[in-house]
This record gives sequence, C-alpha cells and structure tokens, in this order.
Amino acid sequence: MTGRGGPDPYDDAYGESSGGTGDGRDGPGRGSDADLPSHPAGPPRIPPPRSAAEDSGHWPGALDGGIPAPRPPTAHEARADEAWADETPADETPAERAPKPGPEPDTASNPEPTAGSEPEATPTPKPTPKPHPGHEREPALGPEPEPTPRPAPEANPESEPESEPHPEPEPRPAPEPPVPAKLPAAAPAPPAPPLAAPTPSAAHPLSHDLLRSLLGAWALTACSQEETSAVEAHLNHCPSCAEEALRLRDAVGLLHTEHSLDLDPMLRSRVLAGCLGRRPARIPMPGWASAYDAEAARLDALLRDMGEAEWRAPVRLKWFDGRRLTGRDTTVAGVIGHLMVVDGIVAASLGLPDPMGAAAPGSPQARTEAYWHHEPGAAYGAGPPGAVRELWREQGHALVRTVSFAGRGVAELDVPYGEFALPIRDAFLDRALECWVHAGDIAEAIDYPYEPPASAHLKAMIDLCARLLPGTLAERRRAGLASPPRRLVEAGTPGRTLHLQVEGTGGGDWYIPLDSPAAMAAPEEAVATIALDQEAFYLLASGHVPPQEAAAGLSGDTEAIRDVLFATASLSRL
Amino acid sequence: MQQRLARGEAAALAELYDRFASLVHTLAYRVLEDDTGADRVTREVFGYVWENPDAYDPQQGSLRAWIAMLTQRQAVHRLRASQTATACEDTLTSEALEERIREASVAARADYIVTSMPAPLRAALELAYFDRRDYRQAAAALGVTEDEARRRLRLGLQLLSTAHVQPPRAVSPPGYGRAL
Repeated sequence: MTGRGGPDPYDDAYGESSGGTGDGRDGPGRGSDADLPSHPAGPPRIPPPRSAAEDSGHWPGALDGGIPAPRPPTAHEARADEAWADETPADETPAERAPKPGPEPDTASNPEPTAGSEPEATPTPKPTPKPHPGHEREPALGPEPEPTPRPAPEANPESEPESEPHPEPEPRPAPEPPVPAKLPAAAPAPPAPPLAAPTPSAAHPLSHDLLRSLLGAWALTACSQEETSAVEAHLNHCPSCAEEALRLRDAVGLLHTEHSLDLDPMLRSRVLAGCLGRRPARIPMPGWASAYDAEAARLDALLRDMGEAEWRAPVRLKWFDGRRLTGRDTTVAGVIGHLMVVDGIVAASLGLPDPMGAAAPGSPQARTEAYWHHEPGAAYGAGPPGAVRELWREQGHALVRTVSFAGRGVAELDVPYGEFALPIRDAFLDRALECWVHAGDIAEAIDYPYEPPASAHLKAMIDLCARLLPGTLAERRRAGLASPPRRLVEAGTPGRTLHLQVEGTGGGDWYIPLDSPAAMAAPEEAVATIALDQEAFYLLASGHVPPQEAAAGLSGDTEAIRDVLFATASLSRL
Repeated sequence: MQQRLARGEAAALAELYDRFASLVHTLAYRVLEDDTGADRVTREVFGYVWENPDAYDPQQGSLRAWIAMLTQRQAVHRLRASQTATACEDTLTSEALEERIREASVAARADYIVTSMPAPLRAALELAYFDRRDYRQAAAALGVTEDEARRRLRLGLQLLSTAHVQPPRAVSPPGYGRAL
C-alpha cells in the first residue's frame, strides 16, 4: 500500500467517499431527510438498540426504518399501501410497505412519492419510466423528483449490477416470482379484489391480524402444524400476506450457517503485526502482556457465537490441591465470572476498579467463591447469559491498555494473590495461562476444538511455571509434602538440579534447583530428567491429571522426580 | 477509539481487531468465497484503518458501518482484480461477475443487518433459526409473550428482507452515529 494519493487500490476502493458529497450515493440528506416526514409510515416500532456504541450506527438505513424512507414508494408500493390503508395500524413498521405484487395490474398505481398516504388515490398504473438505463441505479428510483446528478463513471460496483437484471421498465423486483409454487392461488385468482381493502380482513375479521403476525414464525417454520395450515390457507386469498410471506421466506434464506465465524486465531497476530509494520505504535504493548492479550482474545472468540444453552453448559473446573485432584462444578458463565474476578486482583493493583469492590477477599479462590455466592446466576446460569463476557472482556482490555501506558516501571509491581504475590509481568502470564486452561475446560464442555497458544506465548507460560517451581517445592517441603533437601546449598551456588524438558513448538529446556529456591540450577548438577510434550505438561500443570500419571519420560532420582511432578501439579488452583 | 488509534496505541488496535475482525472477515468472505482472500482483505482493512484513523468521520455514521463499507469496497475491488488477473480460463463472464457481486452485496448487507439488529430481534431469530425452536419455545426462552415473539420474528425478517432493497452504497450511513 502506498497510502493515499497514488494509484493505490484504496484510491478507487475508498477514496471516493471523502469527495463524493455531491453524489447521490453519499449525502444522507439526498432524499431521506426530505422524504421522511412525508412517508406514510410512522416511526418504526423497533426495540431500543443495544447499548454497545458500535451498534448505534446502522448500515445505510437498514434499521431505523430508513430503508423505505429514502426512496419514494414505487407504483407497487403505492398500490400495496392502498390495499392496506385502512387496516394497517398507525404504528406499523415501514417494512410492511415494501413492494407487494399486485395481483391485478389495473388496480392502482401512484407515481407520487407522497401519495402512499392517501388511501383513496387511484391513478392509472404507470411503470417507472427509465429513459437512461445506464445511469439508473435502480428502477425504483425512477420517480424520484431529484435526479441523480452525477453518473459516476467509475464503478459503483454494488449498484451497477442492480440495473442489469432489470433492463425492462418493469418495476417489480426481478427475483420475486409473481406466482410462487408454494402459494398457488395468490396472484391468479384472488377471491376478493384487493382494492376493496377491507375485504380480506372483513372476511376474517378476527384472524387476519393474528395470521399476519404469524408470518415471521411461519417463514421460519417455527409455528405449530395447525397454525402453518391456517397461514397457508390464508395466503391463498390474501395477496398482501402472500407477498409478505414470500418476502420473509426469502429473508430466511439470508440467514446463513455456513462459514461460521471461526477466525483463524493466528490471523489476529498476523493482522496486528502487519499493521504495526506499516505504522509503528507510539504506545506499544509490553511484550509480557501480549500472551494475555492473545489468549483472552482466543477465549473471547470461542465465546462469540455461543447460545444461551452453551452459556449454561456445566463445566467442571479441576485442579490439584497439593494432595489430590479436586474440582468444582460451575457453568461456562461461571468460568468467565471466575476469570473476571481473579483478573480483578490485577486490575485493583493497577488502580483500576475492582469488580468485587474494595472489600474483596484476596485469594483467587475466596474471590471466586464469594462471586459465585453473590451471583449465583453467573455460577449456575440463571442470569442473563453472556453478560459477564462483556465485563470480563472490558476489564481485560483495560488491563492491557493500562500497562501499555504505564511503561516499563510497572513490570515489577507486585500483585498480591493472598498467600503469594507475583510481579505484574508474571501475573499477566499467569492470567494468560488461566485463560488457556479455562478455555480448554469450556471447549471440552461444549465439545469444541481448542488449539494451544502461539509458540512464543506457550513458552513464556511454561517458563513462568518453571520459575515458580522452586518456591512451590519449598512450600511443599515445609508442609511435609515433599522430601527434605539432601544437602544445604549456599544461596547462589550450584545445587542438585532437575532437567525439565518440554517438547513441542513452545517447549524448551529448563533446569530446576531442587534443594532451595535460592540455589542456582546447573545442568551439570542434574540428578534427574523429566521429559514430556507440551500437551502433557499442560495437563500436569493445570491439575487435570494426577501427577503420578503424567505422561512423561523419567530418568534419574525418583524422589526428585516425584517432588517436581507434584509441585508442578500444585501450581494449579481454582 | 479513533483518538486512541490516532495516538498510536497498540492496545487500541488490538481492541479494534477484537471488535470488528469477525465482521470484516465474514463480509469479505461473502464477496470472495475464499478464506485466504478474506484474510488478505482483513489485513488490508485493518491496515488502512490503523494508518488512516482520521479518515473516519463520526458525523457520517458509526465506526462499525464505516469499517463494513471499507470491507465491502475492498473485497469487491479484490474480486474484480482477481477476475481481471486470471483473464482466460476459470473466469466468470462479466454478467456472472456482476451477479456475484450483487448477490454478495445482498448477503453482506444481510450479514450486517443481522449483526447490527437490536439484540431482542436477533435473539428471537437465533432461537428460531439456529436452535430450531418454535415461537412458543422462543417466547418462553426470552421471557416474553407469544405475541411479542411472533412480532420479533416477523420484524427481524422484515429488517433482513431489506437487504434486497437497495445496494449498500445507494445511501450513506445515517448521520447520527456515535464514535466508538
């Protein structure tokens, strides 16, 4: 990309919006502002939009009732409006008035944009004139009083094809067959002339509105057999409903399941790296925060398309409590709540709001239990599903943003985890590991595949575990759960060492001092080796397998091996 | 968000991706029907936004609508370029190409309508379509009356059907969008 101004693809792809204010495609005021007040439909009945800011804007006119508004009614619409005029409630949506195939071409047509609001107007049919097919964007724009000023010689790629399927001045949308096979009698033989607007509803005074309200459910095959039959019988003699039924059936075809939104997780890092290559960040993200950033994004992507039932799917969280495997039952929503309140420890130590409030317990387990106790909905799935995802994600973004701004000094800031503390750079790695572990738990619960992290991130997480092992070993020793040191080692001098060898793209070699956290590990002092692949290490360190059953190649001092395996499993927690 | 991008905040870029990557990739895939091509358009669109954060005008609509428009344009551009490049065999006729672009535009528009639709409508459609519930079950799941469930399904489909009505660029985004 060469930026703006050159023969860059973006120039024709993107450039025209800035300069094209005179073009009919660009100006919001072109027709919509002028037409809105005069359009027959009142304000659309649409539930209030979601609060997310990006949802407030719409694709051009899609959601605010603007679709019919910027365009005066075509002959068909005007005709349809008449047919409905005295039975359409005042608050009906504008979408009701989209094109309807009039069964009788001589019924009525109204070329005036505003006349749709006059029920009795019955001018002669007048197909939309189309003197300049090459410049016409869409047949329906024909009667527009303000002609498109500029022919836009360079492609208007989306709209160009619009004119091609409709070379003839027929205003009816081409893809809509006038006589659908499913609705055989809709057009040819209406029992009641549609111009006598009250007739359909007069014939079925009580049921018409109900039947019409069923059209959406009918199109989705989401009503009962009796209702389906009743709707289909009704469609045989109600052209307006028949038209809408057809249109809604077409719309169902636009709901796609294919290409579900599973993005390649690696695409994220490629896209971000590509962007940063084009324009380096002035406020970069600390390297130690990138694993958390990536793992949280991966988990979030897993959650993206989950339905309500999946949010309530049971999940068993497992860990090794120092002596044995244990677990706790919750739901997918409960897992995300757990991640959120433990991330809250990091947030609080950065001066961000703590989701648990100021008097929150310190340890991850106590916080989680308190949260599940106070928010049973989150733990057991009674609350609004997925709401916690927003909270967790927002807090995660705030964490990354905050450490990006804080600069280098913050890396060593201690994060208190109750009984222990981690410098914030390690806390971020710990949170990344938790994301991965619990994403794995969730994926297993909803039977979905989940890949390991990117190699560099995985290696950083294993490295964190390796660095925590000597301290954990010492704790277990104090608790009588590990064998005592064989020899006393002066701080900083080489002592007995275990060689931890993790195979895989994120693997490597680590040397663990056995006798004291203060001792120095030295490869030549190695008395034992544990070799396992990264998946096995993940299962061991997350407390998902008993340490004595870890799939590892072992050699050397069996006592040292046992102690390290158990200490590794003890790194896991709720 | 725009200010943060303009400041050169890497964390803002990551957030931008998290919010819109799925939209961008899906829209691009609709046009190109090719994962690699959609990946490429995704890189290009985010690269463009990151390099030109000031190109977005909040007066013209939401950031989401702007990014969707960039994506659609760039994907169509890529489709045309790829068709020109492979000139001889395996090329669509120009009518077929335009038809495909038109269909992709409708589908992209439909995708966009679904993702931007008010949440209650989308939830109802998802229950009926993806979870195959009937409207009574949907009403129970949503905690609304059956009347309301019918209304939501019908209104949701009506909104969706407007994807057929106009090409996306025939009107510009409404002017009352807010910045992220």
